[in-house]
Amino acid sequence: MATTTAPLDTRSPAKLKTVRIEIKRQASPDAEPRWEKFDLPLRTGMNAISAMMEIAANPVTADGRETTPIAYDANCLEEVCGSCAMRINGKARMACSALIDKVQENGVVRLEPLSKMPVVRDLSVDRSVLFENLKRVKAWVPLDGSYDLGSGPRITPQQQEEAYPLSRCISCTICMEVCPQFNEETGFVGAATIAQAKLFNEHPTGRVLKEERLHALMGDGGIQECGYAQNCVNACPKMLPLTKAISDVSRDVMIQAVKDVFTR
Amino acid sequence: MAAAAAKIIVVGGGLAGLSAVIKIAEAGGSVDLFSIVPVKRSHSVCAQGGINAAKNLKGEGDTTAAHFDDTIYGGDFLANQTPVKGMCEAAPAIIDLLDRMGVPFNRTPEGLLDFRRFGGTLYHRTAFAGATTGQQLLYALDEQVRRYESEGKVTKYEGWEFLSAVLDGAGVCRGICAMNLRDMSVRVFDADAIILATGGNGAIFGKSTNSVVCTGSAQSALYQQGAYYANGEFIQVHPTCIPGEDKLRLMSESARGEGGRVWVPRKLNDPRAPKSIPEADRWYFLEEWYPKYGNLVPRDVATRAIHKVVYEHELGIDGQPMVYLDLTHIDRATLNRKLEGILEIYEKFVGDDPRDVPMKIFPGMHYTMGGLWVDFNQMTNIPGVFAAGEAEYNYHGANRLGANSLLSCIYGGFQAGPNALRYAKGLTSAPANGYGASECKRQEEINGRLLSSSGTENPFKLWRELGEVMTKNVTVIRYNKALADTDEKIVELLERFRNINLSDKSQWANTSFAFTRQLYNMLQLGRVVTQGAQLRDESRGAHYKPDFPDRDDERFLKTTKASFAPDADEPRFTMEAVDTQYIPPRPRRYDAVK
Repeated sequence: MATTTAPLDTRSPAKLKTVRIEIKRQASPDAEPRWEKFDLPLRTGMNAISAMMEIAANPVTADGRETTPIAYDANCLEEVCGSCAMRINGKARMACSALIDKVQENGVVRLEPLSKMPVVRDLSVDRSVLFENLKRVKAWVPLDGSYDLGSGPRITPQQQEEAYPLSRCISCTICMEVCPQFNEETGFVGAATIAQAKLFNEHPTGRVLKEERLHALMGDGGIQECGYAQNCVNACPKMLPLTKAISDVSRDVMIQAVKDVFTR
Repeated sequence: MAAAAAKIIVVGGGLAGLSAVIKIAEAGGSVDLFSIVPVKRSHSVCAQGGINAAKNLKGEGDTTAAHFDDTIYGGDFLANQTPVKGMCEAAPAIIDLLDRMGVPFNRTPEGLLDFRRFGGTLYHRTAFAGATTGQQLLYALDEQVRRYESEGKVTKYEGWEFLSAVLDGAGVCRGICAMNLRDMSVRVFDADAIILATGGNGAIFGKSTNSVVCTGSAQSALYQQGAYYANGEFIQVHPTCIPGEDKLRLMSESARGEGGRVWVPRKLNDPRAPKSIPEADRWYFLEEWYPKYGNLVPRDVATRAIHKVVYEHELGIDGQPMVYLDLTHIDRATLNRKLEGILEIYEKFVGDDPRDVPMKIFPGMHYTMGGLWVDFNQMTNIPGVFAAGEAEYNYHGANRLGANSLLSCIYGGFQAGPNALRYAKGLTSAPANGYGASECKRQEEINGRLLSSSGTENPFKLWRELGEVMTKNVTVIRYNKALADTDEKIVELLERFRNINLSDKSQWANTSFAFTRQLYNMLQLGRVVTQGAQLRDESRGAHYKPDFPDRDDERFLKTTKASFAPDADEPRFTMEAVDTQYIPPRPRRYDAVK
């Protein structure tokens, strides 16, 4: 009786036999960070998440000390929920799609929390600032109601193809992590929020709030803080056209500022 | 009487939960929304292919009646027909609403919604936004809820886990008990009604296509408090998944909807590269066995066919349990426009480009057709406890059709929200009591016992054992002997659970502690699934027993209802008649036109 539905992956094993995982741990927001090292047998298809699942089942460090499972954010493991962003060998990326044999350097993979969000514990961070920013720019279509009012506006395939990539933002905050301007001094909202402002400004119904969105992006912490380093667009795991969104919205903000001068 | 502003708690922020929240907030009710993860990261985000509605925009003469018939037939007549009829009739207006919310659905040149084909139907009935439809729908609802949140009509409790319902002396729900996943504190929240929209239970099977939070823990907790759990044995195994170390990743049915073909080399261990194997040496077994539906037979049928090719014909690729899902005959531009999201997943997690190389896939646990028993108003047998979405059992019978899940989540939420509000407004006020406090104490005691337990069992290892035995014996093919062994194994795991060892006993963001609580509930629910399968001596939809290969309407055209017997610490079962008032049951076969 053969009823296995989850076959083990048996593709040829890589050259490495084991991998060293180094993890920056922090018991609480105020605790001092410390590093722990783990040696794990390397399996094909292993990613940063399955490595930590392995550690949870056997929480013993490389030098044989018993420890605790790692705290980290994760949910879908398909790079679409946006939960598991962290720094892996120095690079901000999603942990679920970080295949160990691809990201390892000399047999070592270093996992650290994102550096610009408050640490909750270990690799788990608080990224609620992004959701607050989305409120600030009213990133929604203001419906009259959820009752049946017939079909929506006609939208050309070209318009859909413009909107869709922006709508794939997974709120991982990697664009904010890699941005030199995203820090406490500037209070910059970051690329993700600006891209969502563009998405809704260009929707036939959503554009009714365009002026409010542009005003929300003026002044301190607004779009002017962008230094065009282009790190965001290079780091985005979903390859959103972030710099184009920033330059488009930036232009709209300037036009709005000029309009404001003449209407006030 | 209850206060003018009835207070509703919604647990779960996927499509079903958010849909309920929108309806309640719009009607002036006050909502507290609880979710383990930020709601925008809920599992609905993973749905790929699309959402069904008989909009008939392709001149095919599609109707909501045909959608209703396909859904009932696809579910092998086990679904109650009244709610399914309501859902199919409401579907076109739901698509319109999502369209108005700004979901970037794919379009026709005229600017109308485009529709694709999906399994179990001959119509183009599935609206889609690339291959990330669930993500797009979840975001649209999330944005509307964020708007209500900014207006003060919704309060979110993200990072809180539902532990139990608070029931008064008459067994009426008066709120919930929840745990803060940062400081691990337990608190009671009062409500006039609650809606559970906590998704499926993939984690019971170890690896599945489900997200990490899909443990079924909340449903199980409620079942242990007296709620019926219905049709637990009906688990959908999706035919096309990408096997992985940490999970099984879904390869959407839309790959076949857009023309993907499933095949194996006719000769075992054919050494040639797949693309250089000529047509004559390929076996397109689905097309051969099911000429009418071809690669778009329903999921249970495709899953068993793949299973048969691999294990009976022994023709898995390279002798491994895998078959090809081939898109390479379709041009790149079309693939990118319609399927980019899922092709990217394959590329990222496997390393091959599916536009050039046929994908290697195999069936994996995907969807929970069963769930909390609810009446046609979405209320469980516990007054004041409602359920919606994958967490309940109403809409899919013995097998769910592709692209009906997003629909059932939204429709179920749209029903549960207003019904809960109506119920709450008619509720007599709660007697002053200590029910909340005593429930809170009960939960804190459970926590205390777990944290002070100094046994030897690692919870993650127990979970692995549970997943392995469930996947082996309670998925595609089921034998009574193996099912009995599985139940025995779960009893053993429950016994070993008493001897658990939490290596982390801290009181801050202790994820393994939260997981261990879920594990207990998974074990209890695993018995419901397993024993339900054992009792059902027939084959129907996703439930297949070689020893009982036929559907037996006389004995089993019935809903399985499990209730928890606290003293025996195990499920008891009863059977309930199915509502078949609109479409008389007929044999279900996909090798000919139905």
